[in-house]
Amino acid sequence: MSTPYAKLPAWADYGLIPLINLAVAFIVAGLVVLLVGENPFRAAVILVEGAFGRGQGIAYTLFYATNFIFTGLAVAVAMHAGLFNIGGEGQAYVAGLGVGLVCLALDRVVPWYVTFPFAIAGAAVFGAAWAFVPAYLQARRGSHIVITTIMFNMIAASLMIYVLRDILKPEAMQEVKTRMLEAGAQLPRLNWIIELFGTAKIRSAPFNVSFLLALVMAYLVWLLIWRTKLGYEIRTFGFSQKAARYAGISEVRVTIIAMLISGALAGMMSINAIMGDQHSVYVDLAGGAGFIGIAVALMGRAHPVGIILASILFGMLYQGGAELSFEMPAISRDMIVIIQGLVILFAGALEHMFRPYIQTLFASISPKSVGLAAVKGEGA
Amino acid sequence: MAEAAIELIGINKSFGAVRANRDINLEIARGTIHGIVGENGAGKSTLMSILYGFYQADSGEIRVNGKPAAIKSSNDAIATGIGMVHQHFMLVDNFTVLENIILGAESDALLKSSIAKARSELERLEREYGLEVEPDAIIEELPVGLQQRVEILKALYRGAEILILDEPTGVLTPAEADHLFRILRQLKDQGKTIVLITHKLREIMAITDSVSVMRQGTMVATRETKQTTVEELAELMVGRRVLLRVEKGEAKAGEVKLSVKNLVVKDQRGVTMVDDVSFDVRAGEIVGIAGVAGNGQSELLEAISGIRKAVSGSVTLDGRPIDLTGAADPGELRQRGLAHVPEDRHHVGLVLAFEENENSILGYHNDKRYLKGPLLDVDAIMADAKDKIEKYDIRPANPRLRTANFSGGNQQKIVLAREIEQDPGVLIVGQPTRGVDVGAIEFIHKRLIAMRDQGKAVLLVSVELDEIRSLSDRILVMFAGRVVGERGPEASEGELGLLMAGVEQKEAAE
Repeated sequence: MSTPYAKLPAWADYGLIPLINLAVAFIVAGLVVLLVGENPFRAAVILVEGAFGRGQGIAYTLFYATNFIFTGLAVAVAMHAGLFNIGGEGQAYVAGLGVGLVCLALDRVVPWYVTFPFAIAGAAVFGAAWAFVPAYLQARRGSHIVITTIMFNMIAASLMIYVLRDILKPEAMQEVKTRMLEAGAQLPRLNWIIELFGTAKIRSAPFNVSFLLALVMAYLVWLLIWRTKLGYEIRTFGFSQKAARYAGISEVRVTIIAMLISGALAGMMSINAIMGDQHSVYVDLAGGAGFIGIAVALMGRAHPVGIILASILFGMLYQGGAELSFEMPAISRDMIVIIQGLVILFAGALEHMFRPYIQTLFASISPKSVGLAAVKGEGA
Repeated sequence: MAEAAIELIGINKSFGAVRANRDINLEIARGTIHGIVGENGAGKSTLMSILYGFYQADSGEIRVNGKPAAIKSSNDAIATGIGMVHQHFMLVDNFTVLENIILGAESDALLKSSIAKARSELERLEREYGLEVEPDAIIEELPVGLQQRVEILKALYRGAEILILDEPTGVLTPAEADHLFRILRQLKDQGKTIVLITHKLREIMAITDSVSVMRQGTMVATRETKQTTVEELAELMVGRRVLLRVEKGEAKAGEVKLSVKNLVVKDQRGVTMVDDVSFDVRAGEIVGIAGVAGNGQSELLEAISGIRKAVSGSVTLDGRPIDLTGAADPGELRQRGLAHVPEDRHHVGLVLAFEENENSILGYHNDKRYLKGPLLDVDAIMADAKDKIEKYDIRPANPRLRTANFSGGNQQKIVLAREIEQDPGVLIVGQPTRGVDVGAIEFIHKRLIAMRDQGKAVLLVSVELDEIRSLSDRILVMFAGRVVGERGPEASEGELGLLMAGVEQKEAAE
């Protein structure tokens, strides 16, 4: 008996279980809040209101979510190929250079919608290039991709500081960053969409067109993974390298292509930061989004729809968390990180903890829903 | 009937929603050999695991020697005198026989006294039961048959009166299996009770006193072995009549389709696994390769199908060579008409996490029929999968179901359907019925014969000698990487068994 437990209906698998995991994460987080002497219910209200209460909050939540969708998709594509790309952070950071170079060249010449496709290409090429070396080392030399991508995060950080400080920074600038980008490299805000729903005027949130790019990429990733031959090969390789070998699928090719796509997706995160928000290339522009992408991909089950939902959740934790530390001084920024960590722990690492219980429960309520009727007719 | 050594009364066990054992009642008389047969997933292993304390029954009672026994762990089982010899041995490979035997039963903090005590006890056991093993031999240097003997000694050393053996002959040559049976008879004569779990009905007939048949979690019948037949047991297992031996006509062998010459293959460690092997497979014949598992058959199949590099030699398909340097693309070989049903369907032949329809194109996913530009033609794939499901009677007939949720026999049918329906000129098949239920075996065998009768060349590798003998038109025997003999299908089991055990050809002929 290889799988003694029956399967669950899809809605329970993709809806109920993540919800339960999330609830447990929040309960434990609530206990932590209680521990520092604050009211966990009030904290929850502040968190959710901070994220969704006003138009301004929603715009920020979606701005953060945009970052996480890109990096989450990046991790997911690699994950489908059985590769754990921890290098999203570095790939996004270096891709910032690609975006920056495009923008610095075009922002005074053409309107944003001309710059945009070139910036996407720049992000994709630089991000993919940064992922290529670990991919090649894994495919050809067997160096473990987890180790090499982590190291490449470090290299990216140092490289970018060098490039920004010694090459791209204008003499007169105090901060280590490029000159401010002008209108031709500034993406239009999308705050008006939120205002359509009748919220108050949003003054300064950086929610922008790259959110739409993220949604398009989510669709393309779905198409790639589940509807193309390449996606089929990636998934086959990810589930079973032996089966891939048997089916004539090249290990080297799939490893490298999956990582290139992954790097390109992670790279696009920098468009949101540079063209959508800061209008310059700056130090630490990835800001941890590469790592959040891992949690998002795990929680979203490496499926684009799940990734979008998980990204919005983490966007909420980012935005609501900032509000929370502002409103409740006892809850510091670090506490927010603890809450985020708990969500990752329960939704990602302990994903299967409650599964057996729920399966037993389902089986006793309705045996048919777990596929028992089918098992019976399975004679020969 | 003698007093019952084991009584199981109303045992129930569910895993989640799956009821692995329902209302099992079983009585095993002391000093007898009792067989338990059933298809894969019938609940045999679960039942024995309950008896040995790996699982707890949801309800029901276990009595040992007439007294109720609470068996909560394998330690409890050992304390009540139950010993188990697992299908996959639980031995520490780099320990000696003696060290393995005392492992977990050390009587002292210091090993020295335990070892001294164990040595004399072991000598007594070996004398008493004819179980000779060198106490200081390292396990990994012993042949499989002897390793199994160590497992038995381990159980006896712990005072087992009741011995459970789970599929004990799966890894043995026929001669080793015979030896095992002699040992079991001797143990029985000394008053031990033996429970034998197997799916090989012939073994049941040869050695047991009584036999119980399980089907879908229930105990459907218990018989005195003398008063039953293989046919009746097979019918009880499957629930309907089955043909145990396929009917087939004369082979009409045609031109050479697949030719292997002086093939040498090494494994990852650099050990030569296939050593100078040559043979031809002609259109319209089934060539069977017999041998105990691990004598190079797997590597041979992998080299021919392009999965593994060969060191030297050549393989030609329809007169054209196959690149053996590792550049051979299994996809290209498929286009040239070489289909491959691999030995390990769980990890190689199928992706268990895939839906059934996705597996029905594995390896053929480059085929234009399944593509629409850069996209997969989902409708075509689905229609094709449904078609195969119907033709091969794959159950449940749901192409969207995850492959892991199909039974072993149905999984194998998915692989066979995929490979056979491509209409290949050459079909190479590894262990086609391993872990497959009796009903599906019959179906698979018929399919392979049908392939042959259509003029295809079939290369069959199997560790089941019965299967080789009933399907093959020619039988090659592999031992230690070499083909040590070729025989016709009429060759006796004893003769093939000797070849499989590596006894030189000349001696075997005498």
